[in-house]
Amino acid sequence: MSILATLSSKLAQGVYVLLMNIFGLVMEPLQRLIGVRRMPYLFLLPNLLIFGIFILFPMVLNLYFATTSGTALFPQERPFVGTANFERLYACQDYFNPVTCQEDRFWRAVHNTTVFVALQVGGMILISLTTALVLNRKIVARGFFRSVYFYPVLLSPVVVALIWKWILQRDGLLNALLVGLGQEPVQFLLSGTWAMAWIIIISIWAEMGFYTLILLAGLQSIPSELYDAGAVDGTSSTQRFRHITLPLLMPTMMVVLILALIRSVQQFDKVFVLTGGGPGTATFLLVQYIYSTGFATQIPRFGMAAAASVTLGAVLLIATIIQLRLGRSSERHLA
Amino acid sequence: MSTLVTFFTRRRGRRRWHATDILAYLYLLIGVVVMFGPVLWLVLSSFKTPAALLEFPPTLLPLAQKTVVVPGYAEPLRLFDVTMADGSIRRLAQVRRVGLQAQMVDPAGPDEIIRVHIDQRSEVRHFRLATENYTEAFLRFNFAIYLRNSVVVTVTATLITLLINSMAAFALSKYRFRGRNAIFLIIISTLMIPISVILVPVYLVITQVGWVNNLWGVIIPAAATPTGVFLLRQYMLTIPDELLDSGRIDGASEWRLYWQIVLPLAAPALAVLAIFSVMWRWNDFLWPLIVLTRSELFTLQVGLAAFQGELQIQWHYVLAMTVLTLLPITLVFALLQRFITTGIASTGVKG
Amino acid sequence: MKPKFLTALLTLVLLANTALAQVVLRMTWYDDGQEGVVMRELLDRFEAANPDIRVVMDTVPFAAGILQSLPLQLAAGQGPDLARIVDLGGLSQYLLDLRPHLSDPDYWEANFGPFLDWMRPEGSDAIPGFMTQLTVSAPFINRTLFDQAGIAVPEGPTTWEQWAEVAQQVAEATGTPHAMVMDRSGHRLAGPAISQGAAFFDAEGHPKIDDAGLRAMLQLMIDWHADGLMNPDVWIGAAGQYVAGNLPFINAQVVLYMSGSWQVGQFTNLIGDAFDWEVVPNPCGPAACTGMPGGAALVGIAATRHPAEVARVMEFLAQEEVLAEFYGRTLFIPGHLGLAEAGIDFQTDLESAKQALNVFASQVPLIHPTAYALQGYRFNRVIFDNLRDRLTQVFVGELTLDQALERMQADIDEQIRQAGQ
Repeated sequence: MSILATLSSKLAQGVYVLLMNIFGLVMEPLQRLIGVRRMPYLFLLPNLLIFGIFILFPMVLNLYFATTSGTALFPQERPFVGTANFERLYACQDYFNPVTCQEDRFWRAVHNTTVFVALQVGGMILISLTTALVLNRKIVARGFFRSVYFYPVLLSPVVVALIWKWILQRDGLLNALLVGLGQEPVQFLLSGTWAMAWIIIISIWAEMGFYTLILLAGLQSIPSELYDAGAVDGTSSTQRFRHITLPLLMPTMMVVLILALIRSVQQFDKVFVLTGGGPGTATFLLVQYIYSTGFATQIPRFGMAAAASVTLGAVLLIATIIQLRLGRSSERHLA
Repeated sequence: MSTLVTFFTRRRGRRRWHATDILAYLYLLIGVVVMFGPVLWLVLSSFKTPAALLEFPPTLLPLAQKTVVVPGYAEPLRLFDVTMADGSIRRLAQVRRVGLQAQMVDPAGPDEIIRVHIDQRSEVRHFRLATENYTEAFLRFNFAIYLRNSVVVTVTATLITLLINSMAAFALSKYRFRGRNAIFLIIISTLMIPISVILVPVYLVITQVGWVNNLWGVIIPAAATPTGVFLLRQYMLTIPDELLDSGRIDGASEWRLYWQIVLPLAAPALAVLAIFSVMWRWNDFLWPLIVLTRSELFTLQVGLAAFQGELQIQWHYVLAMTVLTLLPITLVFALLQRFITTGIASTGVKG
Repeated sequence: MKPKFLTALLTLVLLANTALAQVVLRMTWYDDGQEGVVMRELLDRFEAANPDIRVVMDTVPFAAGILQSLPLQLAAGQGPDLARIVDLGGLSQYLLDLRPHLSDPDYWEANFGPFLDWMRPEGSDAIPGFMTQLTVSAPFINRTLFDQAGIAVPEGPTTWEQWAEVAQQVAEATGTPHAMVMDRSGHRLAGPAISQGAAFFDAEGHPKIDDAGLRAMLQLMIDWHADGLMNPDVWIGAAGQYVAGNLPFINAQVVLYMSGSWQVGQFTNLIGDAFDWEVVPNPCGPAACTGMPGGAALVGIAATRHPAEVARVMEFLAQEEVLAEFYGRTLFIPGHLGLAEAGIDFQTDLESAKQALNVFASQVPLIHPTAYALQGYRFNRVIFDNLRDRLTQVFVGELTLDQALERMQADIDEQIRQAGQ
């Protein structure tokens, strides 16, 4: 077995060296041509090329789409309407009541997403932190337990949604357990509040393992001497937690918070397969609004969908900048 | 309160079992049940017959109705326990049901047809794995081809991602040049736009490039991942510049510095990115759905969704194929979980 | 020596050229039941007789593939050579006119005439394809449940309210969870709505949906959901898309299922003789006793690079004997006037299936003109989808009926306005 491992690693090494030398046949002459100072641009080139063509350019195109209307797919065929799409998007008598808005589905999506993000990110951080703290203890089979929480992270959103749809059905496992305990079965996916609660729970289930591991890494990087020193000084565990663990964990927490927030606002696949945005529009989130307006309808409104996506991007950008600022100021605080 | 905090924060090293140890293990065991339970339920359900899937409350293990071969009848007949008029219970096999009447025979004496009202029957069941869910679904679900496509896409995309992301991260971390911060900021800011939002423009670009119905259309666009660049750059920042300087003094080219010094040192971060990339590409759904319309190019996720869309009512097939779809990644997980979890821990995505 | 060698070389080159010259056509297909298998066999026969053409079938899911993905591809100039579509009016601009390539266009006009209008842009005389099936909507009932309850199946003209009551009685007597279920589809709802007097269009032919007839039908649906007569899983439990209500019916968990004739093939396979199922004539309202016509068509796509070959495939498939076999094996109602008159030899032994097909055929003459107009209207899916989604919001209490009707009209107007730009 180990012979096989050694052989295959030797083979891999050989292939690696060969490939790199082949690339070198292009890279090294280019270096002589353009000089060392310009090499970073060359290294950046492949990434930036793909990035520019497939991400940046479409984003700019998207901005253009947002200022046009009509149903033509090709930008040159679309009539320019300036900010008309945005005006229609934001036309509301009362921003807290979607029914008074022209694009009521958009505002319902905004409300739903706000609730979803607040509860999901909050719940996820709490649970991930707790789990990381537990895993940080000296426990048997720690490796096994760590990977247990990571398993759902690997599952695709379609699979996750199907697993839970099967459990939450009218005649599913959960209702069977409820009936077994003497309760009435609940139609989870027919009630607005339950549906929202479940998509929050399910997305926490599917993602917490990732953040748990990051937090665990952060916890393990706190030198244990600090704790021992605290124990010697006679400080209580609460004080140790408040004054040592939390502050030193803060940078990692900021990273987790940003990643979780971005991920959460972009939720689509799982929710779409599980509830389709329903019942009614109870779990209708922002990205689904964009998808259903620009896609899943006989007359797609690309302009409106683009306007909504620009809004989404702007909100995320502002949120991230605020978070980074806060994180930086708290770091300064601690130092 | 203090006990609670102690439970959370102290690393315990003593042999004696403390209450907080018990709490910790309880928490972890509940975690195992909650994390693995749903998947286990999926697997168990996938072996049930369609009739068993409709039952409420569902049985834990797959049970199917017993059948018996009766001389004189071509197909095996289903077994029921029937309450007769005199209150006794006989085990009979059903020939056919017409309306509210069932025609049954005693397997021992199959000449006599006994008419029984359908309400007087109850099924006789035993443990049986309905493997036909898998075999029949295979006839309709091209698992091998979808698997091949998924593997091709995942492996190729991961290799390309590792290469170009590390090159970009190398440039951004080890050099000072004009526009460095601006470029980095632009890359990071696109983390926030999910591809589902720029779906239509990206599709337009793909059609102009001619990559519709081409696996490259699925592999290339997603290869320049901002997360990958971010991750690798963070890690490469910790590699001392002196190593590079001494390499340059020895006359090595920048490319050689990159692949002989920096890449090997960045191996842990590369491993993490590799794992993420495999995960992302394997689970990609919306984008391949748009780009690929020829069924022989479908990846596993697209194939499964298509399968589910067609047969949304035939849960037994859907469940079986869902299990098959998550089998490869489960195997990968089982073999590599040690590396996955230690890898993420060691790169420590710190602020 | 030399000439022989040259001949051999030439032969090889010619053979290679023939192989290279094989045209590969791609057909995007979806399945209601098992018709893909039948189509594949017919195509195999075609390929055997025409070795220079190969037809590859791409079977895609109905909602994601046909309704969503295909229009986007067609708009981008991509897409297959042939496709089985349901949005005939909406996609008419992308369809290939087979007329110049057909050897006998009159045969097509004579037998597919009225349905061709559904597939053509306004005022054109193009022949894009043929109907893989004509469909009619009407309710299915679970006869066995009626028998068990000891309640007679209503005969003669019966209203929806009466049917609802009877179904509820049967459900209560037999312990069935719900009395009725309907596909989550505006199209399915339109037939009963028209029976109640809905006009859907104003005098100029623009969609104007708020009228007494539609309100009456919507109120019935609201009441049925509120009272628990209607299975909520289909309309409420899924959102934003088409969902069929066939699962509860197949599992004998409803008494009455409002759907249509395309289910017969599927029911033959999935229900078989587990219970007796029947089709009943469309229930009545003050204005009519109508269902909605519909169907799917196999069409050529204008952007194809092989129009002549596409026409050859279509001509083969549209022949009377071939279509007779197709309809007979798939249990679809023929969209071919000649065959509709002559009758199809439906290949099934199941009494339920035969009865069903006969009743559906008898419903075709009763279809109301408004139903035909609605089906032929180019943007009918805009009407159906908005109707469906806004109504669901009323079921869950997010909108009142008045608000929903207002929204439906506003959404329809906005989308049509965008399409006009």
